Amino acid sequence: MERTTLDLWVGVFVVAGIAALVVLALKVGNLSTYNVSESYQLQAHFTNVGGLKPTASVRSAGVLVGRVVSIVLDTSNYDAKVTMSIDKRYQFPKDTFANILTSGLLGEQYIGLIPGGDDKMLQNGEEFKKTQSAVVLEDLIGKFLYNSSDAKK
Amino acid sequence: MNIVGGLKGIGRRVVNAVWRTGYGARFFLMTLLYSGMSFRRFRLTMREIFFSGVMSLIIILVAGMFVGMVLGLQGYETLKRYGSESALGSLVALSLVRELGPVLAALLFASRAGSAMTAEIGLMKATEQIDAMELMAVNPIARVVAPRFWAGVISMPLLAALFSAMGVFGGYVVGVVNIGVDEGSFWSQMQASVDFQHDILNGVIKSLVFGLAVTAIALFEGYDAPPTAEGVSGATTRTVVESSLAILMLDFILTAFMFQGA
Repeated sequence: MERTTLDLWVGVFVVAGIAALVVLALKVGNLSTYNVSESYQLQAHFTNVGGLKPTASVRSAGVLVGRVVSIVLDTSNYDAKVTMSIDKRYQFPKDTFANILTSGLLGEQYIGLIPGGDDKMLQNGEEFKKTQSAVVLEDLIGKFLYNSSDAKK
Repeated sequence: MNIVGGLKGIGRRVVNAVWRTGYGARFFLMTLLYSGMSFRRFRLTMREIFFSGVMSLIIILVAGMFVGMVLGLQGYETLKRYGSESALGSLVALSLVRELGPVLAALLFASRAGSAMTAEIGLMKATEQIDAMELMAVNPIARVVAPRFWAGVISMPLLAALFSAMGVFGGYVVGVVNIGVDEGSFWSQMQASVDFQHDILNGVIKSLVFGLAVTAIALFEGYDAPPTAEGVSGATTRTVVESSLAILMLDFILTAFMFQGA
């Protein structure tokens, strides 16, 4: 079996196709930001998660430290239980604040972690005690209207 | 009398359609069953990848480039109204990777390669090459049909990926180079919104399914074509019409499964 130009062209085609897939995965997609390192799971309860979705990012000081794994309704006190997996390299104090924030005015929602000063660190399966829910635009407008009508009196 | 004749006509058409469906299903199964040879003698499949995949490269690349450029222009015009031009990258990439890449590449593939397959096999049948193979105890499905089938299934995801990558590049050229959208936010918003598994892998699965459908339809139409000049031309037309419809319908079904509520 000798090599032919046909083989060359098929080779070029296959290599180009696979290269396109790799470009899509790394340059267009978020595969490069997935960390393959080990992770541990933490939980947080929020009274309202707003538009937070599974796979949303968890950031601390703007740095990606993990992702939201699941969001379920906890029927013991009817709030949202958010499970997130955090990169093992990052440890957080027990009194860390977990806030649901929005990137930009219309951007997607993510969880921002603001570390406290506790010496003890959160272990796998433990929970953020201090949380702040998502800002719901309707509530904000409601508050604003209420305040402005007060001010007129 | 006329009514009875009309009813008979309808009945004949329905029976004929069911008959053809059954024959098509058996043909598809036979293709899968006899596809051993297309991998043992991979050269046969290579030759078909050359004719259906490599020869479609130019049209796929040029079309992808222009689709991306149009997306860049139109997306910018729309996003500008909401002051969120920086989301142009994610708009271009998501619409290409999820929908336009697989679907348009498959439509082009159907008209560029699918029609050629039908015409080739139809003419092989019309010139009695298929019968000659059977007389020589060569299974025409294993020798002619299966390599083309697998070549189509292999080529389609690669073509769709090339289409999407080219489209993203086209969107980049128009959006960032021409219009002047910020380059950093173009790429970072894109990377923040395109998920590898949810978007890119689902796009690859879509294009695999489309490739399967297009080649199966094209090969069946060619194999089933009446061995006349008229029959072959009719079969070629039917291939393009049926596979385009199949692509769009399958796309709806796949999208409904893949992107429901997430």
